[in-house]
Amino acid sequence: MASKWQRIQKSIARSQLWTSFFRHGYPDTDRNRVLVIMSNVLLHLHPVKVRKSGVKMKYTWCAGGLSFFLFLLETITGLLLMFYYRPTIEYAFVDIIDLREQVPLGIMRELHRWGAHAMVIAVWLHMFRVFMTGSYKPPREFNWNIGVILLVLTLLLSFTGYLLPWDQLAIWAITVGSNMARATPFLGHEGPGAALLRVGDVNLVHIGDDVRFALLGGRFVGAGTLLRFYVLHCVAIPLIAGVLMAIHFWRVRKDGGISGPL
Amino acid sequence: MTDTQQPSGSAPVAPSPTRRAESILDGSGLAGVRDETDRRGFLSWLAIGWIAFAAGFGALGSIAIRFLFPNVLFEPPSSFKAGFPSEYTVGVVDERFKSKYGVWLVRDDASIYALSTVCTHLGCTPNWLGAEQKFKCPCHGSGFYITGINFEGPAPRPLERHKIVLGDDGQLLVDKNFKYQFEKGQWVNPDSFVSA
Repeated sequence: MASKWQRIQKSIARSQLWTSFFRHGYPDTDRNRVLVIMSNVLLHLHPVKVRKSGVKMKYTWCAGGLSFFLFLLETITGLLLMFYYRPTIEYAFVDIIDLREQVPLGIMRELHRWGAHAMVIAVWLHMFRVFMTGSYKPPREFNWNIGVILLVLTLLLSFTGYLLPWDQLAIWAITVGSNMARATPFLGHEGPGAALLRVGDVNLVHIGDDVRFALLGGRFVGAGTLLRFYVLHCVAIPLIAGVLMAIHFWRVRKDGGISGPL
Repeated sequence: MTDTQQPSGSAPVAPSPTRRAESILDGSGLAGVRDETDRRGFLSWLAIGWIAFAAGFGALGSIAIRFLFPNVLFEPPSSFKAGFPSEYTVGVVDERFKSKYGVWLVRDDASIYALSTVCTHLGCTPNWLGAEQKFKCPCHGSGFYITGINFEGPAPRPLERHKIVLGDDGQLLVDKNFKYQFEKGQWVNPDSFVSA
């Protein structure tokens, strides 16, 4: 029986179907272990081997990995939500209710929301850990700065996502938050310098063309804002974050791998 | 200026730009670059190329930024007709235009004025409490008198007033494009009230 099973295995492993997928043998030799990683488009971003110190949770807290995992979770739950949510002032609020009342499982929106909270916490913990282990010192300063930008992007994802349920909490929170933009120097219509930029008594920077106007797509939070924040939340910021994460992970490897002894 | 050793039978390597033309790039296609150019000429050609590239991308960037400023707004108009002065009673805050236009019409002994419904703290919409004769903001508790003057809570300054004039047909015309702030002494401006 054992040898019959082994013969079946061998014939599968020699078949065209199998060998078109897997261009290496079973990873019981060092060469095959390397090939498993190096011949896979997703896996080859990782190093083939990791030092024992790299999996020491007392050092790393696994916080960076947790942040990335939560980012992927958010992407997937967010994508699923997109099949039912419409970013218009007519439908946004009722679609969120329907995601709870009508859509199967009824918990996808909550998973997305809890995941968002967890990701923000994980990102802060990761930042704290990197600081406490001194992993920002040369040659890692550049990566620390990339991390700071990623932190800001995470918070912006939370900010833009908060508007999408289009309830009272959302509208007023984003009204208050975006009001800050009108105080931008020169670019905001109530900021320092805006009064200087005028032709006669016509302000060049006014409520209808300052940076807050471009952010909101209008003079106050409305239909244009909902659509813009939806696009920022689902496409623009995740794309930028993805590119920066790729640089972030690459730099960790280039700087000698995760959490090695100094 | 000889080429590197070529293994026999392989294709010739591409000529460097400083090489005298012995190939199809004999200067007829890329005039001014190939034949008899030196390093300085080549670099300035590159510089022109890069400047053109940067200018192109700069133009694309400016177009993209302009794209983000909408030309059409789906917002209620910022000026509107508010009926005749006779429709307003002395000492009463009229809330007819609060939800659509964000304006309270108030008549006192001498005039009618238009108060903005935007709380001067962080921008929420206060509520008029007639029994207590005050505007009270639900967000953080800012309180304003019927005149719009702030007296309690975190609001730093009084509610703003909007331009209000008597139109040709005798109706009140409110224009939200103009605002008048008490703390700047602008409430004496005749456009900020209609004498009645």
